Amino acid sequence: MKRYSAFAVAREALRGNAGWQRAWGAPEPRPAYDVVIIGAGGHGLATAYYLGKRFGITNVAILEKGWLGGGNTGRNTTIIRSNYLQDASAAIYEKARSLYETLSQDLNYNIMFSPRGVMMLAQTHHEVRGYQRTAFANNLQGVETEFIGPQRVKELCPIIELKGPRYPVMGALWQPRGGTARHDAVAWGYARACSDMGMHIIQQCEVTGVRSEGGKVTGVETTKGPIGCSKLGVVVAGHSGVVAEMAGFRLPIESVPLQALVSEPIKPCMDVVVMANTVHGYMSQSDKGEMVIGGGTDGYNAYTQRGSFHHLEETVRALIETFPMISRLKMLRHWGGIVDVTGDRSPILSKTPVEGVFINCGWGTGGFKAIPGSGWGFAELMAKGHSPLTAEFGLDRFTEGRFIDESVAAGVAH
Amino acid sequence: MSHRLPQGGRLIDRRKPRTFRFNNRAMRGMKGDTLASALLASDQMLVGRSFKYHRPRGIVASGAEEPNALVNLGTGDRFEPNQRATTTELFDGLVAKSQNHFPSLDFDIGVVNDALSKFLSAGFYYKMFIHPRPFWKHVYEPFIRQSAGLGKAPDAEARDVDTYEHMYAHVDVLVVGGGVAGLQEARAAGEAGKEVLLIEQTAHWGGRAPVDGGSVGGGPVDKWVDETVAALAEMPNVRMRLRMMGAGVYDHSYALGYERVSDHQPGNDAPRHRLWRIRATEIVTATGAIERPLSFAGNDIPGVMLASAVRDYVVNYGVTPGRRVAIATNNDDAYRTALALADAGVGVPVIVDARSEGGPLAEAARDRGIRVEFGMGVGRLLGGKRVTGVGICRMDSDGSALHEIACDAVAMSGGWSPVVHLWSHCGGKLNWNETRAHFAPDPARAPTGADGQAFVRAAGAASGALTLPEILDGAEDWEEAPLSPVWQMPAQAEKALQGKSWLDFQNDVKVSDVRLAAREGYESVEHTKRYTTLGMATDQGKLSNINGLAVLADALHKDIPAVGTTTFRPPYTPISMGAIAGEARGALFQPIRRTPMHDWHDAHGADWEPVGAWRRPYAFVQNGEDVHDAVMREVTNTRQNLGLLDASTLGKLIVKGPDAGRFLDMMYTNMMSTLKPGRCRYGLMCSENGFLIDDGVVARIDDETFLCHTTTGGADRIHGHMEDWLQCEWWDWKVWVVNATEQFAQVGVVGPNARKVLEKLGGMEVSADALPFMAWADGEIGGFRARVYRISFSGELSYEIAVDAGQGQAFWDALMEAGEEFGVMPYGTEALHIMRAEKGFIMIGDETDGTVIPQDLGLNWAISKKKEDYLGKRAQERDHMTDPDRWQLVGLETLDGSVLPDGAYAVEAGWNDNDQRRVQGRVTSTYHSPTLGRGIAMGLVRHGPDRMGEVLDFPVPGGTTVRAKIVDPVFYDREGEKQNV
Amino acid sequence: MLTLKCPCCGVMTDETELHAEGEAHLKRFGPGSSDEDFTGYLFQRENPKGIHFERWRHAYGCGKYFHAARCTVTLEVFGTYPAQTLEPPQEIKDAISAKRPGWSWREMSN
Repeated sequence: MKRYSAFAVAREALRGNAGWQRAWGAPEPRPAYDVVIIGAGGHGLATAYYLGKRFGITNVAILEKGWLGGGNTGRNTTIIRSNYLQDASAAIYEKARSLYETLSQDLNYNIMFSPRGVMMLAQTHHEVRGYQRTAFANNLQGVETEFIGPQRVKELCPIIELKGPRYPVMGALWQPRGGTARHDAVAWGYARACSDMGMHIIQQCEVTGVRSEGGKVTGVETTKGPIGCSKLGVVVAGHSGVVAEMAGFRLPIESVPLQALVSEPIKPCMDVVVMANTVHGYMSQSDKGEMVIGGGTDGYNAYTQRGSFHHLEETVRALIETFPMISRLKMLRHWGGIVDVTGDRSPILSKTPVEGVFINCGWGTGGFKAIPGSGWGFAELMAKGHSPLTAEFGLDRFTEGRFIDESVAAGVAH
Repeated sequence: MSHRLPQGGRLIDRRKPRTFRFNNRAMRGMKGDTLASALLASDQMLVGRSFKYHRPRGIVASGAEEPNALVNLGTGDRFEPNQRATTTELFDGLVAKSQNHFPSLDFDIGVVNDALSKFLSAGFYYKMFIHPRPFWKHVYEPFIRQSAGLGKAPDAEARDVDTYEHMYAHVDVLVVGGGVAGLQEARAAGEAGKEVLLIEQTAHWGGRAPVDGGSVGGGPVDKWVDETVAALAEMPNVRMRLRMMGAGVYDHSYALGYERVSDHQPGNDAPRHRLWRIRATEIVTATGAIERPLSFAGNDIPGVMLASAVRDYVVNYGVTPGRRVAIATNNDDAYRTALALADAGVGVPVIVDARSEGGPLAEAARDRGIRVEFGMGVGRLLGGKRVTGVGICRMDSDGSALHEIACDAVAMSGGWSPVVHLWSHCGGKLNWNETRAHFAPDPARAPTGADGQAFVRAAGAASGALTLPEILDGAEDWEEAPLSPVWQMPAQAEKALQGKSWLDFQNDVKVSDVRLAAREGYESVEHTKRYTTLGMATDQGKLSNINGLAVLADALHKDIPAVGTTTFRPPYTPISMGAIAGEARGALFQPIRRTPMHDWHDAHGADWEPVGAWRRPYAFVQNGEDVHDAVMREVTNTRQNLGLLDASTLGKLIVKGPDAGRFLDMMYTNMMSTLKPGRCRYGLMCSENGFLIDDGVVARIDDETFLCHTTTGGADRIHGHMEDWLQCEWWDWKVWVVNATEQFAQVGVVGPNARKVLEKLGGMEVSADALPFMAWADGEIGGFRARVYRISFSGELSYEIAVDAGQGQAFWDALMEAGEEFGVMPYGTEALHIMRAEKGFIMIGDETDGTVIPQDLGLNWAISKKKEDYLGKRAQERDHMTDPDRWQLVGLETLDGSVLPDGAYAVEAGWNDNDQRRVQGRVTSTYHSPTLGRGIAMGLVRHGPDRMGEVLDFPVPGGTTVRAKIVDPVFYDREGEKQNV
Repeated sequence: MLTLKCPCCGVMTDETELHAEGEAHLKRFGPGSSDEDFTGYLFQRENPKGIHFERWRHAYGCGKYFHAARCTVTLEVFGTYPAQTLEPPQEIKDAISAKRPGWSWREMSN
């Protein structure tokens, strides 16, 4: 792999950019691999990357029914934070956040991690108490956060209205090393690194069946023919239930649309990420200058990758209350993705009833920020059968009643 | 130079001049101008700078597809960035400034990016700025952010002074687009008796037809337009709106209309924008087509415009973009522009046509003496901030041999693409039309609605019918020869020329960028789009997308349809956030629920706290106090004298019917069916998942009737929860539930003097014998019909008295007046919380957070052991719920008497597998108790009740630790002597 | 924004009047049930990419819960019916079968 650098960019510029190689290969599938990952989104690619990097498992195929990074990895609002309340959540999201810090260097691909800081506004007494509690928990979890007062909120984000007539800003949970990254680049960077390790990323290859013998996985049927494997990782976000059905088990999951929107680009006016959970909205400004806005999920099951417009009305209303100056900006585009939501709204990284089949799903509205940590832990689970990062996220927790419930700390996640 | 022609301009009124300012320069236009036409009339072709290279940008289009002419419009609280000059109607006093440059439009230092453009090829930022690590956030990114963005951000304290409205329409047919196809569709539907809404995004009916010409039934097409508009106006079942765009089409035949009511008359009384929420049985997209640019080197130099736009400016506004306008085309339509220019007396030095021959239009141009060069293309354009000439070459060449012709503007046409956005928003599919080289709606794969049937139909140019005779019966127009698809001009353009051939003018994406993306494996059209930013600008690829994906297809050696399009997402053009929010802002943002005594509280110092949709007084602040002082005073006064609490917000659900007891036995963990009429019982409600979700006092009114109190925030939710089980699981049980929360005003009369004040008011018997603790009775107090519950959430002698809501304020006044001699004072929610904590009563939302079961809270006494079933019982039998290691409720007292920080965790030795500090408990409620003169807290601690007297460490950020002792959670009056008197 | 007919009111309602309440026709398992049954009842969901039987409440209308048969891919609604039933009425099943030949009730569960 030719390394990327300013020098390489300059050299190629002078040669008419003729020397750039493919970022990732376009191989035909082999009959079998040690490991097959279904889903070349961020989580699937990160899993493959850490299987290779940490455990030397490189005879890996990553199968993608569409184009890599084309699911929720490329549809989210790119927020990265780890200010979760429960230990298990804080552990995996903080692992992810800390990996993001050096991911550009690790992958030799600029994924533009920008620790611009994330604040979650407290607009009721109840929220103040909830975020104070989270700050205490984070302090013990090794997650750097603090509860800040309204004046500090205004200093960090001058476009906020503190004295909203309905929900004044009473403070915020502030994570200075939270931020954003370029979502597509995360998928592309992992893909390039996986390809470089000799792994096969096979796009336009839909899995149509899971083969097993004696309760043990032997491979998958695909639109490009059967592919054998002894371990199968299912990492397909909004379609987890569909693939689980092929493997013969059901999941505690429902798939619902989640929408987001961007404004037209404007010059920099907001250097932090702000989430306002009482009014259900969050906003940041991309490097291009667009205000990137999201809210809560739509209520009904769907696989349409679009939602109902009244949810966006609610989100925009909430954000005009919080940031009145956006009233005369214009919405450029809105879109939707399908998120899989579990019974406790926390993800599943687990073995399954079929031996050799592992599932990584249920990230709901907050998967992007977890990609490196999810890949790190899930690769370990697939390679070794156990990972401290994923231990609490097993399917059995629903039977035991051992939930990981973050709802106390956040009305909307992301 | 661009200028106003001496004659012509069908949309302007030359007798009505309009003055405006652009970049602080006073300019003149005319009524009917757009900002763009007025700028061109003032020879202001240069209007902005591009996103990435900061190259000079001129007006390219005449409508919604304009990528370049975006301005900062207005000032102060009416300032708006990125306003499209081509769709901004000119008004007197308009103030506009160009964007994305420093220090000025003419001299922009950002243009250094252009000089470096070789180094800034597609995706360059993914390949560099990697080291050193902190530089991305602190050096590179701030630079990129500053040079990106387009318009200026509104001031942080800007407050939009305009208003916005939402409107609703339910129609049989929504016709989007008021061109000839839309007019015809509306007329047909109107004549068939259907309810029709016809909307047009511009201020004029007729679309392109009046400019493009042609005839209908022997008369000119604009006459047909006028007649049809007049006929539609006569139809009572047809509504027509100008300046209203079809913004989006959504599932179940829902559509959004965006009406710019007063953008052209700012400051009048009308709302600025309306957002129309339209439900239509059928949606007809008559949205026209957009002309494609041609990709040749230098096609982004100001002075290069779409041929149709040049025609629009000449015919509609009497404005020409230049004195000598060269034309480059691959089709016949551009010859209409040549004829229009010739008619207006503007020079057309050459028409460069990529084809080997043209049709009758070309003949007509030749007949007018215009030089037509077939088989030729533009090799390179000359000029910097303005076109100075065109270098033409053989179309099949590499562009190196040029013949230069002087001109000051170029009109280009690469063919037309139907506007398929609305068709596509909700899943409509497209077919590639090889002959016309465009995607058009496939009627067999239309979007389907709730009934599974197609609900969108494309009409006119939007359906691919590009010529007038195809659209209107009896119409005649020039016959057109086929176009020849051209995706790069000349066909064999050398690399250097590809690197100067723009696809996306705003985002600076060139042919070479798309080819590079394809070479690097970004092969999916979505990858290419995201890697190069093609089509991601504010025009969302209206001009660039088809050209871009044709280049991609060529690079991949694939057919264009195999490459496919990116997803079309709403809105069609950007719509204001204000319109999306509508009226619901400020005071109308969300409704506020008010108790009958709300205004009294407000007049008596209430420090308001939002609780659900309600506002409750957190405390009543008197002169000279701060909020904390007030809370302390309220607690002390209530404990010593008499306090009044407005408890009206508490949920009051009446559950009635022969099976009411049986039903409540399922709803509550307690046995409610054994409760005697006249008595009250504190009850707990769990979700089916076992967790505590609500609590409150249940009063049995009679054999078949219960009144269930819920928490303030829980009333609607618990009502729904009860209905859910009654309607969906036990629908054969005879039970009815009514939410009577707002029918009653409820007042807590609390404190040692509570009975005295009630006795003074007189009426019913409220003695300990007549109305013992946990009893209730109906009667009259002070002349008010009342239901009195002898319950206490404070530990004091306490009556909660419900009166008719309409009598609430009068009753409150009577209590305040009668209570004066007993030291009455109102108290708020914080005093309520402190008093309940002093008594060790739990609070839903404090001690519970969705992860807590009643067994954790020492509430086993409230869980019936006799019942076979209740909601949550099975869940509470699961392993983790019966785990003896679950954290249990205790009281906590700091060793130094201070207040434990809210939410603090108690640590134990060591770290877990994820290097997190191990914890063994946490604070759930914590207050300064004025009664005890020290901090008190409640918390959940592992094995807590077995560890009385143990001291726990609660670290606080900054390195210090607060130490607290585990104690009984009841801090005050453990024996209940105060409340049970 | 979806539209559904409230079988109680008999009117077409906009989604803004409604509240989605998840999968319909779940069989309740209470005390004494197996872990598998109880977990299945509480958490496992069909979540089909296709016909979904689901609960709605006409929350800002009559307050009644009702059921709908709706495709989660096309969002086509095959019918709504009162919640007081253990399985979809025959006419709803017929309506689905007419448009989705080979479809059968509870095919996902088997």
